[in-house]
Amino acid sequence: MVSIIPEITRESVVYLIKEGKRADGRAFDEYREVSLETGVINKAEGSAKVKLGNTQLVVGAKTQIAEPFSDTPKMGVLMTNSELLPMAAPNFEPGPPDENSVELSRVTDRCIREGKVVDLEKLCIIEGKKVWMIFLDIHVLDYDGNLQDAAVLGAVAALMNTKVPTATVENDEVILDHEKMIPLPFNEKALMCTFAKIGDELVLDPSLEEEEIMDARISIGMRADGSICAMQKGGKKPITRDEILKAVNIAKNKTEELRKYLE
Amino acid sequence: MIKITVESDLSTGTETSARADGRAFNELRPLKISAGVLERADGSAYLEMGGNKVLVAVYGPRELHIRHMMQPDKAVLRCRYNMAPFSVDDRKRPGPDRRSVEISKITSEALTPAVFLEKFPRSTIDVFIEVLEAEGGTRCAGITAASVALADAGIPMRDIVVACAAGKSNGQVVMDLSEAEDKEGEADLPIAMMPRTGEITLLQMDGHLTGEEFERAIDLAVEGCMKISEEQKKAIKERYGD
Repeated sequence: MVSIIPEITRESVVYLIKEGKRADGRAFDEYREVSLETGVINKAEGSAKVKLGNTQLVVGAKTQIAEPFSDTPKMGVLMTNSELLPMAAPNFEPGPPDENSVELSRVTDRCIREGKVVDLEKLCIIEGKKVWMIFLDIHVLDYDGNLQDAAVLGAVAALMNTKVPTATVENDEVILDHEKMIPLPFNEKALMCTFAKIGDELVLDPSLEEEEIMDARISIGMRADGSICAMQKGGKKPITRDEILKAVNIAKNKTEELRKYLE
Repeated sequence: MIKITVESDLSTGTETSARADGRAFNELRPLKISAGVLERADGSAYLEMGGNKVLVAVYGPRELHIRHMMQPDKAVLRCRYNMAPFSVDDRKRPGPDRRSVEISKITSEALTPAVFLEKFPRSTIDVFIEVLEAEGGTRCAGITAASVALADAGIPMRDIVVACAAGKSNGQVVMDLSEAEDKEGEADLPIAMMPRTGEITLLQMDGHLTGEEFERAIDLAVEGCMKISEEQKKAIKERYGD
């Protein structure tokens, strides 16, 4: 099902931005209200609920012991998956993940993996045989724009919240001590900032309206030291080199701002 | 959505209370319902009952795209019951399985009698039930929350359907089985009903009950429904006033 954007909406959003304003009164580099709660799902080993404006999602982490991939015998496994639930928007359909959902989970995965949020090497129990496997499931409940930044924030928060039982090896057998739960080997709070290009301007944290009419989109994943760990350009129109550099610059301060919610 | 931390670790039975979590035989788990929690959906509700956390969104009445499902004289009410991968102890693979397909079907049938579908020919009303955390009795929790979400969406209804289970655990007929009681127990009897008329719109049972025990169980389930019904009304009133 396609969503049809009235021409009048497009005109008014573009016009406002040209005037230096946004429909909800925000500055171009301003996030909507962020709320973050962790430990919301007792049955998950780690969880977080994120609200970004009216966008809402829950991230749950489940852990299990599994065999490592043969090319990385000493590394734990991280699997990121997302579901754009049909409850989240009238044009989301039930069924297997569509391309938007796959992009959301892959970009989130990249930001976490390349940002070295969790030290996967410390998740090895028996080399080549037993490692911890972490499933991150991003459950999108309400879609009102900018799922990407909410997903990364939620994923990092859920990982910080995750606890696994201590695993010891005796005679090649893994023994789990559920009395002694320990946090994951956590490294780094890598976070993501997404901008929409509308006309000649870049706006941070695009609302649903802005996403519907944007020309292009750019997401920047950044570690605390300001180094870039992941990027994704989206949207059907091009973006210039200068615009990308400008976005990177703004992202430095803005990921720092988001990071405060993780304290 | 508001968080309550509910202790779901149940020990298995040497306490003085006959029930593992210390409840009386006719006592519900702590229950909380709120209406209108989502922005995009036409109607929504969030319910917590014991360790269950269930979110429901309603869309419609809206255009139905699948032609062969279309009813010329009334709307169809479609339900999708889905469990989050992290809602259970061992991660559930995303997507529908046989269990969730069955629950979706009976949920739709449980809600249908209460809705004035004839007012919206050729259209659909979609109910999406998401189980964020499961601790026994999620189908009942889903139906109870779905009715509140339908009301929140402004769908005209004859009654607010409510669901509750009773069953037999530790040799005793009890109301609202917890996960541990359901697993260890001898029987489970979930029902849904329209409280105004007392008509039953869903009934399932598995396990063993004598005729006399069944009668007691169904009375207990109805009693549970009546209590939950009050909470449903409270949630709607809280959102819209008296």
